[in-house]
Amino acid sequence: MKVLVKGARSAGGKIGIALVLFSILLAIVGPFVAPYSHTRINFATKLKPPTTSHLFGTDAVGRDIFSRVLHGARLSLTSAVLVIVIAVSVGSIAGAIGGYCGGIADQVLMRVTDVFFAFPFLVLAMAVAAALGPHFLNAVLALSIVWWPSYARLVRGLALSLKHTEYVEASRALGASTSMILFRHILPNCYGQILAKATTDFGFAVLATASLGFIGLGAQPPSPEWGAMIADGRTYILGFWWVATFPGLAIVITVLGFSLLGDAVQENLPR
Amino acid sequence: MLTYIVKRLLLLVPVILGITVLTFVISRVIPADPAQVAAGLEAGPDQVAALREEMGLDRPVAVQFIVYINGLLHGDLGRSMRSKVPVREDLVRYLPATFELAGVTILIYVLIGIPLGILSATYRGKIGDLLVRVLSVLGTAMPVFWVGLLLQILLFGKLHWFPAIGRISASVGAPTHITGLYLVDSLLTANGPAFASSLQYLFMPVTTLVFGRIAVAVRLTRASMVEVLDKDYITFARGKGLPERTLVLKHGLRNALVPIVTIVALQFAWLLGGTVLVEYIFTWPGIGQYAIEAIINLDYAPIMGIAVFMAIIFTMVNLLVDVLYSFLDPRIRW
Repeated sequence: MKVLVKGARSAGGKIGIALVLFSILLAIVGPFVAPYSHTRINFATKLKPPTTSHLFGTDAVGRDIFSRVLHGARLSLTSAVLVIVIAVSVGSIAGAIGGYCGGIADQVLMRVTDVFFAFPFLVLAMAVAAALGPHFLNAVLALSIVWWPSYARLVRGLALSLKHTEYVEASRALGASTSMILFRHILPNCYGQILAKATTDFGFAVLATASLGFIGLGAQPPSPEWGAMIADGRTYILGFWWVATFPGLAIVITVLGFSLLGDAVQENLPR
Repeated sequence: MLTYIVKRLLLLVPVILGITVLTFVISRVIPADPAQVAAGLEAGPDQVAALREEMGLDRPVAVQFIVYINGLLHGDLGRSMRSKVPVREDLVRYLPATFELAGVTILIYVLIGIPLGILSATYRGKIGDLLVRVLSVLGTAMPVFWVGLLLQILLFGKLHWFPAIGRISASVGAPTHITGLYLVDSLLTANGPAFASSLQYLFMPVTTLVFGRIAVAVRLTRASMVEVLDKDYITFARGKGLPERTLVLKHGLRNALVPIVTIVALQFAWLLGGTVLVEYIFTWPGIGQYAIEAIINLDYAPIMGIAVFMAIIFTMVNLLVDVLYSFLDPRIRW
């Protein structure tokens, strides 16, 4: 928490915090303040340009894009939270065990992560998501499966360096069990680094979810998923610019916020 | 050097084996009924049963895996359920377009990003630095498919400057097939119109891919150069009266190159994923477009084939980069 407060002091950190709070606010209150239903089809109002009654215009079946973007915030942030929480939990526990215990466990971990890193990230995520079938939760699961190795590597490196610190040695000498050392001494000392990476990654998780949604592997219609909404706009590049533009802006604002905040946190980590 | 390369190639064996295990798990173990997935959602029970037997799904998993590996070793990536064509043949057909797009992107990326990075390191201005930082954060925050669509809306929809989809104008037609790279082929056959048309069609997809990441290249090149230019030997060289140009390019850049190569290599992974999305938007007839069509139709074999193929390419590029290091920095010895 302290690094967050410190990070918020720089100009970038301030903008980041503001954007992050803004997107979280949207995700919480968005669905309540949305002026229209996000799923109601109305052909009478289809493809209307932005006006005061439809701030972001309407899509091909007459749904209000502003309302859909607001509803989409909750979906995007939820999926990003799930992806990062799963990736962080699995990755940091695996990494801590590998780094602290060494030996076979570490070898296996390193080889497994090597294999994951051999794939271009998005390509592997697409393959896993396609295997699981097109569904919102499957996209989340696919991204977590692809994402955990980077946390495993990060925590493994930290655990290796913490392993021989005096307090860990002392606690081992006092007879603390391995799991006790991992959860009481190793992992808590990795939190800062994990938090910094997770903050930045959170934005990228929003981006990755949108990418999967864009190619139809995420939330299914009529869910107001930002990536899928941009895909809707793909058919309307002649004239109907607003269909794809506004959901994209929502993604940019969210990702930008978390990137800036992540950078600020990283810069303020105690060394 | 040679022993190092051989050693590295041998080390690739477990990684490639791992890649195949992972894709096997993804394609055979994750789906509840791989035969149903492979046959497509509309397939009847008879078709699924026939396919289950054909795919060997009735046999133990270990046997299935050996059959799968054996196929891969013989270059068998399975068969597309939709086109009935072996995936390998499809890959060969779609590869040149992707190669051309990725190649031109990397070229532009290096030709613009690195000089700009050097410039901003030598003329350290606060404004320029801030601009690069803002652009690099902004660039990575924008979904590549969104940037592509906005470019289409603007440069095609509103201004009609560039064509939105495809690889070459239909009225010009593809140049005589030699390498499959339109730019190279049209040069070799002295086909001016085809060359011009290819460049025009390349413009938007390449700009989309370069846009998101160029500022990152500038920023990291700058950081690497700044570190080197602050070293004592640079001050010494300046002291003995070397012209600034020699100083920056010979003494500075030469020593900053290793991190710069790393940056380019790191971007390559992103590029492979990025081209998939960009090809889809611009209907660029490459591997990415093929992959997404397969995903949309839940056509299984191509997706896995592409994943294996891209992983192997990516692994090779990493190896190449490691080898390149020792040329760039003679201190690196194995």
